[in-house]
Amino acid sequence: MIRYFSSNFSHLILLIGIFIMIIPVWLIFASSTHTASIINTQGLQFFLGDKFLENYTKVLLYEGGFFKEITALKMFLNSFLMATGVAFVSVISSLMTAYVLVYFRVKYATLLFWIIFITILVPLELRIFPTYSVMSTLNLVNSYWGLIIPISASAIATLFFRQFYKTIPDELLESAKLDGANTWRFFIDFLVPLSKTMIVAMFIFMFVFGYNQYLWPILVTSSEQYWTVVMGLKMMSGSIVNKFAFVIMSMIPPVLIIIVLQKYFIKGIFQDK
Amino acid sequence: MSFLELNKVTKIYPNGTKAVHETSMNVENGEFMVFVGPSGCGKSTLLRMIAGLEDITEGNINLDGILINKVDPSERDVAMVFQNYALYPHMNVYNNLAYGLKNRGISKEDIEKKVNEAAKLLQISEYLQRKPSMLSGGQRQRVAMGRAIVRSPKIFLFDEPLSNLDAKLRIQMRLEIKKLQQKVGVTSIFVTHDQVEAMTLADRLAVINNGLIEQLGTPIEIYNNPKSMFVAGFIGSPQMNFLEGELKNKTLTSEGFEINNVTSDFNGPVILGIRPEHMSQTDKGLINLSVDLVEQLGSDNLIYGEIKNKKDFCFRCSGSQIIKKGSKLSLNINDNNYYVFDKSNGNRVN
Ligand SMILES: Nc1ncnc2c1ncn2[C@@H]1O[C@H](COP(=O)(O)OP(=O)(O)OP(=O)(O)O)[C@@H](O)[C@H]1O
Ligand SMILES: [Mg+2]
Repeated sequence: MIRYFSSNFSHLILLIGIFIMIIPVWLIFASSTHTASIINTQGLQFFLGDKFLENYTKVLLYEGGFFKEITALKMFLNSFLMATGVAFVSVISSLMTAYVLVYFRVKYATLLFWIIFITILVPLELRIFPTYSVMSTLNLVNSYWGLIIPISASAIATLFFRQFYKTIPDELLESAKLDGANTWRFFIDFLVPLSKTMIVAMFIFMFVFGYNQYLWPILVTSSEQYWTVVMGLKMMSGSIVNKFAFVIMSMIPPVLIIIVLQKYFIKGIFQDK
Repeated sequence: MSFLELNKVTKIYPNGTKAVHETSMNVENGEFMVFVGPSGCGKSTLLRMIAGLEDITEGNINLDGILINKVDPSERDVAMVFQNYALYPHMNVYNNLAYGLKNRGISKEDIEKKVNEAAKLLQISEYLQRKPSMLSGGQRQRVAMGRAIVRSPKIFLFDEPLSNLDAKLRIQMRLEIKKLQQKVGVTSIFVTHDQVEAMTLADRLAVINNGLIEQLGTPIEIYNNPKSMFVAGFIGSPQMNFLEGELKNKTLTSEGFEINNVTSDFNGPVILGIRPEHMSQTDKGLINLSVDLVEQLGSDNLIYGEIKNKKDFCFRCSGSQIIKKGSKLSLNINDNNYYVFDKSNGNRVN
């Protein structure tokens, strides 16, 4: 009885939360299917209009920027490359960093870990000028690697993998060794499959993190060719309905990645049980 | 040259704990050796040095004629069964068995053949597709055994593999391990702190105390002829009775009785050891026992009682005899089956 009540109650809270989050998005979506004049004269619209196709195709193919070098489609491609790049590089690098910290006889491994961890307190925004000068020395300004690398060292992901590895019993490593597994094989055959669920979670997290970057892409790209979606939100010219349409489209990739990967994520959890 | 030779092997852990002291011993090809001793005596440490999981501080270990001190565990060709089995949780049983073979570059068909053979031997064929988490404790135990057997290693190492099983399964697996080892014929070292397991499994037995081998021999040798009080007390169940006494000119005085013609030239305070099963009832015996407690095991009775100053003295007799609490028994030692130890250092003196 109590359980019934409490589960209904928590559902109610969830529903309220969903409404609070969904309604503004819906307002923008509904408004983006009207003509600009309706929005300008009557404000945001709650019901769908009839200009959906027209507005959205215009936005996708509209050539923006000063030099008219970039379309929304290209921005999506850029953002996608950057976000996947960040997700891949950071997951792989933190997996390996954690492996070294936990399993190798590194002197002062704990100290090293905390030094890595402290970088959480120094976000990119704080070290943006030195980072820029490093990237320009490496000739990575105006390139995809320039967008990806500086934000791909993730202390949080390293922390998660490290804590997870520490829970794996030593006997597993020992019996793997006796079974002839070398350092590399233990990583590939044991740690990677065992942390599958966590890898997927971290991948989603880092994808969204990379996708949402704003300040860094602005600094490191002077060519419009490398504009990302989030930059485009700011730079976009055109009428209000087109901006609304662009906002709605910009939300799709992160949502999509979560929906696609969530399946594996949940499957992983159930298999481990 | 023996199959496995330990030469003055010493282990000092980085924190200064000296777990194994200058231990030397040989294990012959095909032999079943058991390390037995109380908790913390260094059994696991010794085993893990043979496996290569701990560095050897001093001394040498030779396996099959090769010095293996510096050989990586993955190259030693030894297999170990851990107390908690350490099965690979993300692989099914088939892959658990196959993994070590894959790493040795054996062909797929051969792997399949070997895994199926081992699975049949251990009666786990029907679980090959299951993950370890879907198996019972006993089945996991078999998988762990299978993983060792399938590789046909030079040597099997067991670190208390039965201690997570319930009593009945433990006895059953104990038997199966022994049978299996005889069938496969691989040299084995088995660590346990259970003296019954040790006695039943071993071809030879090493009783370890405080990082030292106190005695090495066949189970029956050690049972009949313990070299020290520690070994005498550790091997045999129920435990040997120990009585304080004094030995002077081959006459031993203890707790109200005397034994003459003791075969020893030792003079001074001693401990007299008598096994509960080495006594029998007579009319005018040496020892007078007033019974406090009777444990009926069915086949045997264990009688606990008092003789003069010694409490909980144990005597074992046939289960058909009816003995009441509070009665007085008169006992004799059979065939001079008693042991005399120097009280100061516990060494056997008769
Ligand atoms: N990694 C380690 N660092 C320091 N000391 C250790 C370490 N491992 C074991 N020891 C110590 O070495 C001694 C022997 O330990 P070992 O594990 O070999 O005992 P054991 O005979 O296997 O005992 P048990 O029957 O409880 O398993 C113990 O005193 C233990 O505290
Ligand atoms: Mg141990």
